[in-house]
Amino acid sequence: MAAPKKAAASSPQDKTDGGSPPAFTREQELKALRDMLLIRRFEEKAGQLYGMGAIGGFCHLYIGQEAVVVGMQMALKEGDQVITGYRDHGHMLATGMEANGVMAELTGRRGGYSKGKGGSMHMFSKEKHFYGGHGIVGAQVSLGTGLSFANNYRGNGNVSVTYFGDGAANQGQVYESFNMAELWKLPVIYVIENNRYAMGTAVSRASAQQDFSKRGASFNIPGLQVDGMDVRAVKAAGDEAAAWCRAGKGPMILEMQTYRYRGHSMSDPAKYRTREEVEKVRHDQDPIEQVRNRLLAAKVSEADLKAIDAEVRDIVNASADFAQHDPEPDAAELWTDVYR
Amino acid sequence: MPIQVLMPALSPTMEKGNLSKWLKKEGETIKSGDVIAEIETDKATMEVEATDEGTLGKILIPEGTADVAVNTPIATILADGESAADLAKAPAPAKPAAEAAPPVAAKAEAPAPKAAPAPQAVAEPDPEVPAGTEMITQTIREALRDAMAEEMRRDADVFVMGEEVAEYQGAYKVTQGLLQEFGARRVIDTPITEHGFAGIGVGAAMTGLKPIVEFMTFNFAMQAIDQIINSAAKTLYMSGGQMGCSIVFRGPNGAAARVAAQHSQDYASWYSNIPGLKVVAPFSAADYKGLLKAAIRDPNPVIFLENEMLYGHTGEVPKLDDFVIPIGKARIVRSGSHVTIISWSNGMSYALKAADELAKDGIEAEVIDLRTLRPMDTETIINSVKKTGRAVTVEEGWAQSGVGAEIATRIMENAFDYLDAPVARVTGKDVPMPYAANLEKLALPSAAEVVEAAKAVCYR
Repeated sequence: MAAPKKAAASSPQDKTDGGSPPAFTREQELKALRDMLLIRRFEEKAGQLYGMGAIGGFCHLYIGQEAVVVGMQMALKEGDQVITGYRDHGHMLATGMEANGVMAELTGRRGGYSKGKGGSMHMFSKEKHFYGGHGIVGAQVSLGTGLSFANNYRGNGNVSVTYFGDGAANQGQVYESFNMAELWKLPVIYVIENNRYAMGTAVSRASAQQDFSKRGASFNIPGLQVDGMDVRAVKAAGDEAAAWCRAGKGPMILEMQTYRYRGHSMSDPAKYRTREEVEKVRHDQDPIEQVRNRLLAAKVSEADLKAIDAEVRDIVNASADFAQHDPEPDAAELWTDVYR
Repeated sequence: MPIQVLMPALSPTMEKGNLSKWLKKEGETIKSGDVIAEIETDKATMEVEATDEGTLGKILIPEGTADVAVNTPIATILADGESAADLAKAPAPAKPAAEAAPPVAAKAEAPAPKAAPAPQAVAEPDPEVPAGTEMITQTIREALRDAMAEEMRRDADVFVMGEEVAEYQGAYKVTQGLLQEFGARRVIDTPITEHGFAGIGVGAAMTGLKPIVEFMTFNFAMQAIDQIINSAAKTLYMSGGQMGCSIVFRGPNGAAARVAAQHSQDYASWYSNIPGLKVVAPFSAADYKGLLKAAIRDPNPVIFLENEMLYGHTGEVPKLDDFVIPIGKARIVRSGSHVTIISWSNGMSYALKAADELAKDGIEAEVIDLRTLRPMDTETIINSVKKTGRAVTVEEGWAQSGVGAEIATRIMENAFDYLDAPVARVTGKDVPMPYAANLEKLALPSAAEVVEAAKAVCYR
């Protein structure tokens, strides 16, 4: 298994050059807009339902980071797996999981993806190759490496996209996984979603090496820093990483520089950053506005964009309706799915 | 005075070895550091280096001798100026081997493997084995290896990963020969990185592969316990049944010999606390084989607790094409009517020895080998206790929140009116495992303690 290491010269460049990423076709722009909007509206609705008490426990919203999962998904092919941590609603919607099933899981109903037994942080879809939804920070990194191990074992040409945050990047098992992934040339894309805060701790207060694209350096894993607010840049990096993995060259790290607009969870007052900081990112870098502006500049009509808005709102409203009216799981479900 | 070369102990648990080859002849000069002989243990062939200088005076144990006990004199070395005539002056062996190398209780009490091929000598036939089945004698180490090899032949999704499982042939030689048969794709050496490779195993299992993850010992699995419990055990439930994890975590558990606190912990009660896991802890060679095959086939995560002290023990294993023992079934290995003794894994060594002792005093103990701790075969325990009215549990682990505490509770809940005495527990002492030989022996249960407990519940 331990193939000889490739010379560093074959690694991709360490950083993007700062120039514009390759343009999207109109279809790609429209799809990106629609998929990002779906996540944003879904998350806004989830926030509302949480405020109403319909969603319990922890609820970590993805608002602001939408370009990361949508751009990455555009770089994948059928059979590629996705796994992430607890801020997972966006990832699920991006893989094509149904809004109804996700929202009903948030409300703990029988129609949820886990029959109401998993909740916000623990959902899975075999059909969409989504492997969770993991509540222990960093655990998904070893698991995602295991998914790529299975791809390698089966020789199926698939890659595993393993998402984690700037906080999880400091967990020990991440580096245990990096070592084995490179040693065995496993096809795994490590996507580090650097949203600048691990709960309330800024990256600068937690990380000795704040350039996360270099976190694989001692394992010879190449890395790229990517503008995670620009869906085109994300897709371009995803394409490059997927090609690297599929060519049998082993793992690659993509540091997605992104930002979450909301608190860590619904109960986070976010006192560790200023309102101005949040407003500035929203105003200057919003991933959805970027696409909308490009489409408008390309003479797509307001009406066409509003139609997308309306379609997305309908899906989200229907999911909220479903999630509040679907029955809770039958009491007998308490005892099922412990063993099979 | 001539110096005696003694049969060395080459591992913490070695009791004897084969003197396979002499590399020096009588009369040859020996310098410190010279390799003088090769010794084959059940784990490896090792070289013996001279620590003294002189002339090889006499070879006491010829090459090709099997089962030479540790500390047996194997040769004498003459110092400068000494001659063969001085050989008579060599000191007599100070002590018999068993005393010279202070063993732990388990070692002292378990019969020497070859001398008594079945430490798990049983009175009751195994219901899993059809009458008339041909039996082969093999070590538990071999039984485990065969179980893995058979399952790997049967199912291409089964693979083994862990530290030193491939090229080294297993730290305890349990995976011997697997690399040669199945290749490096399916027998995978990992770095020393338990947390990481346990997670990789679980991730692979979530896609439908069937990993066998070997921990060099379960002591090291504490680094990986988050993945075992939070990922392997809970995913099926958290996914509403969509995604499970067919995986075996196996390796030696509990006390070995003289390796002190960090390498001598029994994790049986820890894992048996967790819904979503199955926990197996066999004693006999046949059970090791049949239950490991069942564990590999099981669609759930299975913790397979082995015992290093038992690896070299031999037993009768049925020669069947596909010998699988169902998980979750205890076995009555000795029937009796006066008291029920319940144990598993190496605890059975004490239990069976105690039953022999008790029989001499007219107390007929019924001995149950639990074999599986989760799901626990409560029915077999309860039926026996209803018959005997008395129960003793035996485990190497600690008493508080131990498996014995669970068994006692189940007996109380299900057979309270049948009890003629409170349930007694024989457990490891409530201390970290000490290193000193005498203290280690005291920290572990003993057959004498089991006898005492059994007599106490019989009011004798």
